Amino acid sequence: MIRYAVRRLLEAVPILIGIVTLIFLLLHLAPGDPATAYFNPNVSPEIIDRMRENLGLDRPLHEQYLRWLRSFFTGDFGYSFSQHRPVADVIRDALPNTLLLSAVSLVLIFVVGCSVGAVQAVRQYSALDNVTTFVSLFVYSMPGFWLGLMLILAFSSPAMPEFLRLPISGVTSVDYEFMGPIERMVDRVRHLVLPSFALGIASAAGVARYMRGSLLEVIGQDYIRTARAKGLSEWRVILKHALRNALIPIVSLLGLYLPLLFGGSVVIEVVFSWPGMGRALYNAILARDYPVVMAASFLFGVLVLGANLLADLSYAVIDPRIRTD
Amino acid sequence: MTSPLLQVRDLRTYFATDRGEARAVDGISFDVREGETVALVGESGCGKSVTALSILRLLPEPPGRLLAGSSVQLRGEELTSAAESRLREVRGGEISMIFQEPMTSLNPVFTIGQQVSEAIREHEAMSTGAGERRGAAARRVAIEWLDRVGIPDPEDRYGYYPHQLSGGMRQRVMIAMALSTRPALLIADEPTTALDVTVQRQILELLASLQTELGTAVLLITHDLGVVAQVADRVMVMYAGQIVEEASAEALFRAPQHPYTEGLLQAVPDLEERRERLAEIPGNVPRATAWPTGCRFRPRCPYAWSRCRDVPDLRRSGPAEGSSARCWLTDEPERRSSGSGFGLRSPDGRREGVGES
Amino acid sequence: MLSRARRERGRETWRRFRRHRQAILGLALIVLLTGSALLAPAIAPYDPDAQTDIVATRYQAPSVSHPMGTDRFGRDIFSRTLYGARISLSIGFLAILIAITLGTAIGAIAGFFGGRLDTALMRGVDLLLSFPRLVLLVVLVALFEPSIALVTLVLGLTGWMGVSRIVRGQVLTVREMEFVTAARVLGFGRTRILARHILPNVLTPVIVAATLGIGNTILAEAALSFLGLGVQPPTASWGNMVASGRDAMLDAWWITTFPGLAIVFTVMAFNLVGDGLRDALDPRRVA
Repeated sequence: MIRYAVRRLLEAVPILIGIVTLIFLLLHLAPGDPATAYFNPNVSPEIIDRMRENLGLDRPLHEQYLRWLRSFFTGDFGYSFSQHRPVADVIRDALPNTLLLSAVSLVLIFVVGCSVGAVQAVRQYSALDNVTTFVSLFVYSMPGFWLGLMLILAFSSPAMPEFLRLPISGVTSVDYEFMGPIERMVDRVRHLVLPSFALGIASAAGVARYMRGSLLEVIGQDYIRTARAKGLSEWRVILKHALRNALIPIVSLLGLYLPLLFGGSVVIEVVFSWPGMGRALYNAILARDYPVVMAASFLFGVLVLGANLLADLSYAVIDPRIRTD
Repeated sequence: MTSPLLQVRDLRTYFATDRGEARAVDGISFDVREGETVALVGESGCGKSVTALSILRLLPEPPGRLLAGSSVQLRGEELTSAAESRLREVRGGEISMIFQEPMTSLNPVFTIGQQVSEAIREHEAMSTGAGERRGAAARRVAIEWLDRVGIPDPEDRYGYYPHQLSGGMRQRVMIAMALSTRPALLIADEPTTALDVTVQRQILELLASLQTELGTAVLLITHDLGVVAQVADRVMVMYAGQIVEEASAEALFRAPQHPYTEGLLQAVPDLEERRERLAEIPGNVPRATAWPTGCRFRPRCPYAWSRCRDVPDLRRSGPAEGSSARCWLTDEPERRSSGSGFGLRSPDGRREGVGES
Repeated sequence: MLSRARRERGRETWRRFRRHRQAILGLALIVLLTGSALLAPAIAPYDPDAQTDIVATRYQAPSVSHPMGTDRFGRDIFSRTLYGARISLSIGFLAILIAITLGTAIGAIAGFFGGRLDTALMRGVDLLLSFPRLVLLVVLVALFEPSIALVTLVLGLTGWMGVSRIVRGQVLTVREMEFVTAARVLGFGRTRILARHILPNVLTPVIVAATLGIGNTILAEAALSFLGLGVQPPTASWGNMVASGRDAMLDAWWITTFPGLAIVFTVMAFNLVGDGLRDALDPRRVA
């Protein structure tokens, strides 16, 4: 098991180098260079040259590349000109927010997706199953940003009763500083509800479809008949014997849906003014703040790589056929 | 003696399919007495497995359904109308079952020990010693049983997952699971079909010895007459959803009454006689959605004549006590000698039927 | 003879597809959408870009004369949604065409030639798949001047990896099958084997992937345009229409709502048909 983990980790190294290289090539082979993009034409050429020097753009390409490689070992991603502070600081502020949002969405995706899919499978072909299938297809086809806006519309409508009002932007309320510890927790959780829902619900519908199929397949297996022949209640047969097996392939969906979550966070963070990596990337793109763009896309690549690793390892943990080999 | 251990009367199990209603089991009746081994024999698709699953009501309903008038009694208690909770006590408690595919019949995500002790705990088939927890007691009994079915080093193997064991070992685990609750009846559905010949023999010997020891009755479902000859007291031959012949094992092998049984017996390779040729029954088992009219074996029967358009019933036949067959030949035995019988097949598969030109 | 077998298979597929009621619903929706996109100039009650007397016509709630209301320039949302369908659907179709062409070519080459070339290509696929697609898209688009052509190209260039994996897998399976060996014995060249024998077998899963892929492509285009990095105003696309209504959303809900619904129904239609096709083309499945 540990050897398997180490092997998978080593396999990720070349991909990581590939990610770093690809980002470098993309941003340096593009027409124009980052320095010209910062300034309007009436800025004096000397300042642009100084800028170039600062960014290391006056050096030969391979030297720039090495510098870029080195920055990831030192954690020094350069300086953000739009935010007037080191890129590392920008990341340090943004990354936890994105991780929190993604983690909550992930839990939502799998808890909601698996429960809905399981209920559908157990009640196959019932009216409930048919209606749910249709609804989840609808949800699955919804663009996250639009759903986000619709939620904002609904929750800021005067028709919404006061106790149901949920915050529609940011991570905390303006009076957060003056709250007690419990109030602060509640405030943070309330801020998470709408963005994580908008980010995750489409994927939850995808997981539900998959779970339904997976559980139906497992229910047809011989060992389920064995469990029934033992005299176990239908409830135990499904919850203990079937569900566990049906969940094994679901774990591999982690590797599919986590990247989708990270990508979706760009849009959802913009819609809900969530100060995370996605919004940082977006703002950096609008501001042509290349050091931040490079660092953020690199980190998104690392996150996906980590997600795939996590998926493979979880798979090994819950499937004894892999674990004990 | 009072009522038999298991009494099946007019059991009918039908399935809804795309092609219409499949009459998989179509009115069968038989008894299993305490401690005896009864074999239910037939080709695949004749309804023998459905019969077994119907007894424990393990068939998915729908598409399957048990017709009104079907009766399955366990020591006089009707199971077809029993509550689900009572059925659960019977399943794995009074009647256990083992299946054909040991490779897929065990749950891959639980250890074999967990799966055996689950059955034990479910049916409380253990006595807890002083200060012993229920779980620990079940574990102890499970290990005893793993040992009893011949699994080496059972203490250690308790923590093994099914994929770490061979097919034969897995079937031993299934047997341990089935017998650990000391059932009165074990239904074994093709228990050795998926196994190597040498392993088959070991499993059958294991079953036989445990059966003598525990006094369990066995309903053995198989297509393999070789297996039947080794273990069965009584044999029922099933064809097209019905029982076509019933006799003691000895009588059946000596003098089969139904032409279908005759065909089956001639299809068995007999190593001792070194017979070079095997008979084969022409044609295939008909579909359960469209059984032939009259005698259902008529299209494949070498003796069939006009009377076979009428449906024969199961009637006493032959010299032995308790033998019966569903065939008009029981009325007109002289036709048997005049008929052509089954053609013999040479090893290269060509038929050399006497009646063929 | 072969063609007859193929025609029969096609008929069987159509028969099974027809039984799939949801897929038929999806197909009807697609026909309706494509039809109204093509006929937009004839159907649309107003010029989608016309701005006359803005103060009098802007922010009108849905009514008989403006079934989906008007935006802040007084433009008719219904007409703009119709014209937006032309943009979104053509970007979707073209981008998926690029993606499947690229994916099929790369997957077929990798699977057929194997060896180091295969390893290199598949590592490349792994690499591209380690970026969230939307991140890759926004970064790529931001490097250039935004235009419809750029969006289409970039969507195509980021959408082929799944197809190439499918095709490679299929080619590996088919390659080992007897008739390919037979063709080789008969001395046919590799290219010919590839084109005549393998590609037709690979077509089925690719068609399914393409149908399901159109939905995702339309979603990605909408997201890009919503972020202001895709189709640029005043050209109407569903994504930028949703964005344009964002600021006035609380007063004029219709500006964001209707283009969004258009996206949902379009994507759903393609997903329905994709599911139906998959079930109908897969002989193991019973619909």
